[in-house]
Amino acid sequence: MAILVIAEHDNSTLKSATLNTVAAASQMGGDVHILVAGAGCQSVADEAAKVSGVAQVLLADNVAYEHQLAENISLLVSEMGKDYSHIVAPATTSGKNFMPRVAALLDVGQISEIVRVENADTFDRPIYAGNAIATVKSLDAIKVITVRTTGFDAVASEGGAATIQAVGTAHDAGTSQFVKEEMAVSDRPELTSARVVISGGRGMGNGENFALIEKVADKLGAAVGASRAAVDAGFVPNDMQVGQTGKIVAPDLYIAVGISGAIQHLAGMKDSKVIVAINKDEEAPIFQVADYGLVADLFEAVPQLEQAL
Amino acid sequence: MKVLVTVKRVIDYNVKVRVKSDNSDVDLNNVKMAMNPFCEIAVEEAVRLKEAGVATEVVAVSLGSKACQEQLRTALALGADRAIHVESDEVLESLTVAKLLKKVIDDEQPSLVIMGKQSIDTDNNQTGQMLAALTGFGQGTFASEVKVEGESAQVTREVDGGLQTVALKLPAIVTTDLRLNEPRYASLPNIMKAKKKPLDVKTPADLGVEIKAHTQLVKVAPPAERQAGIKVASVEELVEKLKNEAKVI
Repeated sequence: MAILVIAEHDNSTLKSATLNTVAAASQMGGDVHILVAGAGCQSVADEAAKVSGVAQVLLADNVAYEHQLAENISLLVSEMGKDYSHIVAPATTSGKNFMPRVAALLDVGQISEIVRVENADTFDRPIYAGNAIATVKSLDAIKVITVRTTGFDAVASEGGAATIQAVGTAHDAGTSQFVKEEMAVSDRPELTSARVVISGGRGMGNGENFALIEKVADKLGAAVGASRAAVDAGFVPNDMQVGQTGKIVAPDLYIAVGISGAIQHLAGMKDSKVIVAINKDEEAPIFQVADYGLVADLFEAVPQLEQAL
Repeated sequence: MKVLVTVKRVIDYNVKVRVKSDNSDVDLNNVKMAMNPFCEIAVEEAVRLKEAGVATEVVAVSLGSKACQEQLRTALALGADRAIHVESDEVLESLTVAKLLKKVIDDEQPSLVIMGKQSIDTDNNQTGQMLAALTGFGQGTFASEVKVEGESAQVTREVDGGLQTVALKLPAIVTTDLRLNEPRYASLPNIMKAKKKPLDVKTPADLGVEIKAHTQLVKVAPPAERQAGIKVASVEELVEKLKNEAKVI
């Protein structure tokens, strides 16, 4: 049977998390189909059709799906998903929102945030904030799965030539309504897909001081993140949080500035290829995972780093 | 308006878990247990709604072994009015928990259900959404703000890249994110008072729900350890290493 991947998108472009999800899905054994549910999202379906390894694109274009409201999307996905062996979505805030709802409507369990596919019904997933990895076998006929995107290398966004088929009746559950959205506007890359991430912790002292690492970020084309301590202290908004309760990142280069390295934070970045830590406390646990550690006052080291780049 | 709030007994968040040597599971013997931190936020939000005069009654529910009553007493000490314990020593997967909670909701008819977005043991992040599906209620997951106005709730959600606000028809399900509130500590007089508050015990059989396994735990292993690298002496050395050794800039 085929595998249904639910596309992550903003009605105009396909988000890269979909490419990692297709990579995971293609290890599950079966043709990969992508469902694009949204409003005015033909361009997303066109992009999805070009994704390497995709056999079929299903397009559900209706105003009820414009804001990815879980109540409506889950009705569509559970109806479409009955004919598939696996239903797979990225573990983004959108996927996490509607997928358990899909599972319950199909009376099956959900396997959350897999990082490895062992075989068609067995998967690895982190538990206890990444302090243990569980291997879990699904006993259900339809497997509902969310994918931690950092666990899988993205497939190519070009090279495929899938057909696009319009599907689905409109489902409006009528229980929820979109009111508004306040998205952080930034010229920098998104945290979860950036090649380089530089994050600040409690050691930054206040929100204004994040300007220091933003300057470095601009030189490196990096995204800016933060530890939970910096978010809790009110320095920066929560959408910048890297960690078990925030975003999980795995860039080529991760620079931790003034971050002690709580388990919570490490769970969100320890799969980065190269980790740099700048901290004045040489006993800070962050140095135990850093490839390159610099024991220094960040207020001297970070401006120097900016100059040196 | 009645608010139902769920609490889960989990390993204390300060404890570093260890995997059993036979890789069958994590070792929870003699480990300090506590209320799941996201559930603490849920209880706090429910109690604040009552203090604001929006909620008239707060009912706390927990599912699991007899020891869960400890966390229910904590919820009562924090301000919940009464508690319901669904007692079972079996492994309760998210969908089963959702089915049991659905039955509790059928009995209790709350206008709002507040739950933690995930528990810090299994990290599944799914029970609230599953319960919303089974009840047909709207859902406001990962909430950073909840405003109840008449027959609807405005919920601001923490989403990738920012915030999204949705309006939900009541009854509805809300799951909490970190910034929703800062939970209080229970005072000693309130801990004493909580011992006298009503706590009902039910079983899955009472609620007519069959406990079913949807997954099988094959093994649990420690994560791959990352080796510490080297210390550099200066910013110049760091930049040189990143350029020529790691080749990442």
